[in-house]
Amino acid sequence: MNEPAPGKPDYIKIQDFSFHYGSKQALFDIRMDIPEREVTAFIGPSGCGKSTLLRNLNRMNDLIEDTRSEGDIFVNGQSIYDPHIEVISLRKRIGMVFQKSNPFPKSIYENIVYPLRVAGQNSRAVLDETVERSLKGAALWDEAKDRLHESALSMSGGQMQRLCIARAIANRPEILLMDEPCSALDPIATVKVEELIHELKKEFTIVIVTHNMQQATRCSDKTGFFYLGKLIEFSDTQKIFSNPAKKQTEDYITGRFG
Amino acid sequence: MSSAHHDDSLTRTHAAHGEPLVWLSAMGLALGMLMVVGLLGVIVSHGIPVFWPSPVLEVTLKPGAKNPVPGGGNTLTGTLVQQRSKRAPVLDADGHRQADQTEYQLFVGNKDAYGVNFAFVDGADVEKIEEPKDIYVIERMEYGIAFGFPERITLADGRTVAASDPGFADALAEFVAEASRRRNEIGTIEKRDIGRINASLNNLKLKGRGSEESKIEIAALDERYNKLAAEARALRAVQQSATLTYKVPNGKERSLAAGDIIGYYQANRLGFFQKAGLFLHNIWSFLSQDPREANTEGGVFPAIFGTFVMTMLMSIAVMPFGVIAAIYLREYAKQGFFVRAVRIAVNNLAGVPSIVFGVFGLGFFVYFVGGSVDQLLFSDYLPTPTFGTGGILWAALTLALMTVPVVIVATEEAVAAVPRGMKEGSLACGASKWQTIQRIVLPASLPGILTGLVLAMARGAGEVAPLMLVGVVKLAPSLPIDGEFPFLHLERKFMHLGFHIYDLGFQSPDSEAAKPMVFATTLLLIILVVLLNLTAILIRERLRKKYSTGAF
Repeated sequence: MNEPAPGKPDYIKIQDFSFHYGSKQALFDIRMDIPEREVTAFIGPSGCGKSTLLRNLNRMNDLIEDTRSEGDIFVNGQSIYDPHIEVISLRKRIGMVFQKSNPFPKSIYENIVYPLRVAGQNSRAVLDETVERSLKGAALWDEAKDRLHESALSMSGGQMQRLCIARAIANRPEILLMDEPCSALDPIATVKVEELIHELKKEFTIVIVTHNMQQATRCSDKTGFFYLGKLIEFSDTQKIFSNPAKKQTEDYITGRFG
Repeated sequence: MSSAHHDDSLTRTHAAHGEPLVWLSAMGLALGMLMVVGLLGVIVSHGIPVFWPSPVLEVTLKPGAKNPVPGGGNTLTGTLVQQRSKRAPVLDADGHRQADQTEYQLFVGNKDAYGVNFAFVDGADVEKIEEPKDIYVIERMEYGIAFGFPERITLADGRTVAASDPGFADALAEFVAEASRRRNEIGTIEKRDIGRINASLNNLKLKGRGSEESKIEIAALDERYNKLAAEARALRAVQQSATLTYKVPNGKERSLAAGDIIGYYQANRLGFFQKAGLFLHNIWSFLSQDPREANTEGGVFPAIFGTFVMTMLMSIAVMPFGVIAAIYLREYAKQGFFVRAVRIAVNNLAGVPSIVFGVFGLGFFVYFVGGSVDQLLFSDYLPTPTFGTGGILWAALTLALMTVPVVIVATEEAVAAVPRGMKEGSLACGASKWQTIQRIVLPASLPGILTGLVLAMARGAGEVAPLMLVGVVKLAPSLPIDGEFPFLHLERKFMHLGFHIYDLGFQSPDSEAAKPMVFATTLLLIILVVLLNLTAILIRERLRKKYSTGAF
């Protein structure tokens, strides 16, 4: 349907994926290929299924009772709905940043090393190295290096969200999922997170759900527009916002419905 | 906004604002507060004065007074218990009721001399009330307090010191101090040394089964026992032969063995600071000493200790049990009809009358489990039961069963209150469900869990009815923890503050004399429960600060 940019192989392949919450179908036959080390944005009005799809990429929706899916999703050629796959090891390969920052009530240091600790890594040297790398990766090192052992809850909202990003990349995942990461942040913090996304895409494949269309244009390479559980259009960001192929997409991005 | 609309809003009635309901709810609160304050007021006002030394009065009656005077004569000596007005029973010639009369209740002590502890005096019969300076208040091992004027002390070697002697005060102090030293010595010999010999003897008799070696050892122990017993007997003889002779207020002379004297003071010569010192001393004795005289005198230390140990054992049993059950219910069990039914059953369990738990504890823990343990492990001692009778372990388990719903409900609420985002964050980091519970959910819900635990402890500490069936006694011969191996004696019976109150108030031979103790013990129990609750609040606030999850 949509050709990926040359030289960037498809990394996540979503094949005819449908998803039901009980009797309500939330996603209809989604088919999309997300390229490696690029930023892919999901946009669409509330309730269109973009967050649901994102949460299926690391099987976060398993936690909700009475759900059902059809079709398949492949990450790097491997089906994540394969019954033999272990969800925990899948989630170790996929970091996730949530809409509302959710630091643990522990120190900044312990927050970042949490993914390593649960994986059984307790070597001081490795943990220290990870904290520095992740905080630098999340552009938080300068602000946090002198208070690593203070409670994470003492940070500002923007710092907390960057801390959650640092935590999500601590274990060197392949993919970073971001569910409206800036919706609760002020404009300055938002700019910082967006700059961060630019940096991070050199290393990670990023999928970001956003309500903010300026944000999608600013930081994504590809954009998918969802409406009522269907993927209406998926293309290069530039093309979607300058010359959308579908009328619905145009109406949405020009603010004519909603 | 138009001005017409504005006027309209000003003319609304109070009813439209719901203000009568505000008043009603405020009244409800006020009423509740009043009851709590009233309850505490009664207990504190009756409990505290017990320890404050009150002056001793000498009431001289007019000739021809109606009320009988204990011991005869026309004077009464004692402390004022209460002063109340009494409705005059008869009408005068004009058919008018006479003015109300005052009546005094005096604690006259000297029960051995008078046969009674209290006397009532009509205000109209009183000629004068004085405070005799020289009167002594003597605390005794038996028969409670004595009021009297010392005559002389007779030492064990026959020497006497008369009260008129200038060195009498020092001699009396020395006399009483020595008596208490000897009492401690006797206690050490009988409780510790002879107790150990008895324990070894029991062991030898059971395990040795009449072998030659055990016979020799038994003989050696018997010899040591006889020696110690002789020592104790000698000390007791001294305690008996040294006496204090005093005159009770109606003139008769009585003598008191040194061993029976606990302490004395001259109530009407005490200054404020001496009284305060005595007050603190009395509180300390109350907290630290064993009870005497069917619990109506002495202290409540074994009851405090028993309550404490039982509550701790209960917490150890209830905490893991309740927390694990709640986590399973909330995090693992598939929410459906069955789990709902279990939850309702747990909540109902909290409402079951506690005596039902007592009956269950007796039938299941004491007779079934305890009986089986005896058959398996302590068959040597049968038919004397070891665990097959009420004991502190069974009491703790029964109360644990009774309070487990409190812990389950509190834990479930605390676990449910952990933000979903935090759990998802942990799972997204690659943590398993158990790791998430262990590292994120449990620490974050700890304040709530501890609150539940302390509520359970407060309820357990104040419970009486089930304990009466599963191991509480009026007077326990030994504490549940002592220096004898294995130090913690789970099978022993124990004393408990709640039961102590019941026993003092309703089971003691002289409930009027026990009344001050009832209030003092009640006050102590309330203080204990309040302390527990305060601890809970402090811990919760500390943890809440540490784990608060205000993200934005």
